[in-house]
Amino acid sequence: MENILALETMKEGHDGSGLGLMLKDLGGEFKELKKYPIMSGICSKTGVKVLDDYMKKQGYKLKHVWTPKIKHVKGITPRDYYFARVYDYPASHKNKSFKEKEDLLMNTRLALRCIGEPDESIFVFSFYPDVLTLKEVGDPLELGEFFGVDRDGLKAKVILAQGRQNTNYTIYLYACHPFFIQGYGSMTNGENTAFVPIREFLMGRGFPGYTGYNSDSEVFTHILHYTVRQLGYPLNYYKDVITPLKTSEMDARSDGEALRLIKQSLRPLCIDGPNMVIGFTPEGACFMVQDSKKLRPGVVGGVKGKYALMSEECGLDRVIPRRDKAKDLFPMKYDMAIISPQAEEVKVWNQLQG
Amino acid sequence: MEPASGIRLDHNHKLSLREFPYIIRWRDDRCKRCGKCTAVCPVKAIEPTVKVQRMVQSEGAVPTPAAVRKATHIVEQVLDMERYCTGCGSCTLVCPNEAIEPEYNFQHKFYHYKNRGGDPYKRGGRRNDPAVSTLDRLKFTRISMLTDPALDAGRHEFRIRTLLGRILPPEDLPLKMVNGKLVVDKDSGKFIPPVREIFPIMIGSMSIGALSPPAWEGFAMGVAYLNEVEGIPVVMASGEGGMPPKLLRSRYLKYFIIQIASGYFGWDEIIHALPHMVEDPAAIEIKYGQGAKPGDGGLLMAQKVLKLIAGIRGVPQFIDLASPPTHQTKYSIEEAVAKMIQSMSMAWGFRVPVYPKISGTKTARAVLNNLARNPYAAALSIDGEDGGTGAAYNVSMDKMGHPIASNIRDCYLDLVKQGKQSELPIIASGGVAKKGNLAANAAALIMLGASAVSIGKYIMQAATDCLGDEYNRCNLCNTGKCPRGITTQDPKLYRRLDPDKVAERVVETFKAADVELKKIFAPMGRSTELPIGMSDGLGIDDKAMADRLEINYAC
Repeated sequence: MENILALETMKEGHDGSGLGLMLKDLGGEFKELKKYPIMSGICSKTGVKVLDDYMKKQGYKLKHVWTPKIKHVKGITPRDYYFARVYDYPASHKNKSFKEKEDLLMNTRLALRCIGEPDESIFVFSFYPDVLTLKEVGDPLELGEFFGVDRDGLKAKVILAQGRQNTNYTIYLYACHPFFIQGYGSMTNGENTAFVPIREFLMGRGFPGYTGYNSDSEVFTHILHYTVRQLGYPLNYYKDVITPLKTSEMDARSDGEALRLIKQSLRPLCIDGPNMVIGFTPEGACFMVQDSKKLRPGVVGGVKGKYALMSEECGLDRVIPRRDKAKDLFPMKYDMAIISPQAEEVKVWNQLQG
Repeated sequence: MEPASGIRLDHNHKLSLREFPYIIRWRDDRCKRCGKCTAVCPVKAIEPTVKVQRMVQSEGAVPTPAAVRKATHIVEQVLDMERYCTGCGSCTLVCPNEAIEPEYNFQHKFYHYKNRGGDPYKRGGRRNDPAVSTLDRLKFTRISMLTDPALDAGRHEFRIRTLLGRILPPEDLPLKMVNGKLVVDKDSGKFIPPVREIFPIMIGSMSIGALSPPAWEGFAMGVAYLNEVEGIPVVMASGEGGMPPKLLRSRYLKYFIIQIASGYFGWDEIIHALPHMVEDPAAIEIKYGQGAKPGDGGLLMAQKVLKLIAGIRGVPQFIDLASPPTHQTKYSIEEAVAKMIQSMSMAWGFRVPVYPKISGTKTARAVLNNLARNPYAAALSIDGEDGGTGAAYNVSMDKMGHPIASNIRDCYLDLVKQGKQSELPIIASGGVAKKGNLAANAAALIMLGASAVSIGKYIMQAATDCLGDEYNRCNLCNTGKCPRGITTQDPKLYRRLDPDKVAERVVETFKAADVELKKIFAPMGRSTELPIGMSDGLGIDDKAMADRLEINYAC
């Protein structure tokens, strides 16, 4: 809930049109279920049946079901069924590599999206071990009440919270931040002016997960996934992909030659807009990066064990008031602030120095 | 029936002035009979002559009007279609009294008659269509303002650059990890194609020979200045006809794209200069076609093949230099790619991008797909129907070819389908800045999917004051009688052109285009990467065109 309260303090920067919560490294009732994939989504009454039938057919076994204890709030029309369901893998995949399991989970999620999207009977936001997603349209604070996120005993070490739907297109659940794909999650502040060329590039990769794009920000998550998982680059190269250095600046880097090739080959993925991206990796590292001109706000601060990455400092004050404010970091245009898993420490990686 | 005397009493056998594309408006009252206009006319369309006029005169204190017949000197337009007025306006330029001016005649029947001796009309210039082109109808309709703070073209940093050369797909990059850093794996044996970072507007192929020495030299100096002083990496293509031997051996060669076409003119000199080159050229362009005259070869008329040109091209003087319409040694695109692209690459040790240029055609995608499969093809240049030329049949120029906008879009979307849009750059040309909107046309083509655009006719107009336009004005490039001294080898004509001034105008034109591109990209929220294929930024006020180009219909 404190994430949502922090969002409330930053109200000038969002329109309160929706809430997206993505929780990772879960505690509470999910603590013992870490190796099983969790499917998060919303269904209509008919959708649940279709979902159940489909999952059964695919060989998944339902292990555990969590549903939020909905409190009726004026202005929010509850949908039929909000859920986080824990499944066991189909027998055919139990002994497969994790990479293959990841592909299976993603394909299942996409298939359900395909089935449920036309009549909006099924929405699936994520299907992955140890990740839970909640999304709804409306005021974030009211939605926090609505979902009763305080009462449910939901616990997580990594939480992404975003207080708006996408700005530029129709308000729609699949367009709501944060976005997720195979362990990578991110949300963005700012408009993505290079959306179309980026989308076309990603869709041309032949990877089934690069689809959807109801929001121009979804591509940031997919670029992260493509850079780190598909191409196998270390996380900091995400910065080099979305905001490449000038040729003259690359010369100072020991990996300058590789950077030049990366910049050329991944040219369409340059984000080029006023954007700040906050995201996490499957290992639990969290990061914040700015566009190449640093046109958006962003601050990182906290104490050992608890760090927060926010658009505005007032949000940070709300969540971690007892911190050394002098140590707050405002990542600039060359910076990538990375918080190591378990929030042990925050490091700023400078692109100029590599 | 012939009259019995054998003498025609009327002039009904002659063409009337109404048949001519331009009619000379000459003012008797202003003309002082200096003769400059008749001397300067490149086609001798006007001549001084004597006419007997009946005039009413009155002399003395009391009016005593009397009709007198007087012989007067006048300037007369000749009624010979071979000496038609081209509308160039050289007469107007030299007239001290503003007494003469050609006027376009919309009723003309020029094409009905311009085929004497069974010889179809040949000319220079570009397609005679003064209508607003598709490029000029495209608008930039996606403006970031409240959704995000717009960029400031004057304050923010912009990088308006493009890549010329084959780009490896990211999955194929020969990279390996060493101590958490990516390094290029030199042992992989993987070919990394050469790539140039250039300004996205380049000067297209115009040969020495087609252009006069001061015109070509002026362009070349302007390009060198833009690179060395202004830091704008503009490149220029040589055209088919070689390059000055000194330039081939100079460090400035890196700003030039050398063209090879079916006549191979100039290549003897180029090959001999290879061991002495201190820099690689920017690229090699293999010309298969030209937008102005698809399916037609190059042609340099004998009157333009003077000593300098003959020397550079390695041919005797005063003979017609015709490049065949096709590369005669090749029978298929696969062979063309294999022989030309790979052998050219080999000549420079695979350090120079080599790409073909074709004329705009419905079949461009077939060529594109072939190139996409060949790892040595560095780009594809497509020259649309509105491209210019120094000499071609009018029918080729006016009726053959494909508009560039949809041709580029089709090709780009074809690459998108294959996920190869960032691997093979497409260069667009043909009608860019036809109405003078260089940056806007270039940006529109880039957003349709071009990586770069090429200009020829426009830079001639902007930098060398070419008089030609789409009302068939002047267009004498093929005759060697260019009144501006741009497309002639006659020293009497080309001394009118100051190469320094040409260079200055080239620099001004590109600097202005650079600013204008920023003014387009800034409000659209693009600054660091060229918005190639950013089709959501474009709109057009025609539904059919919007659908065809897969862009926004805005009205």
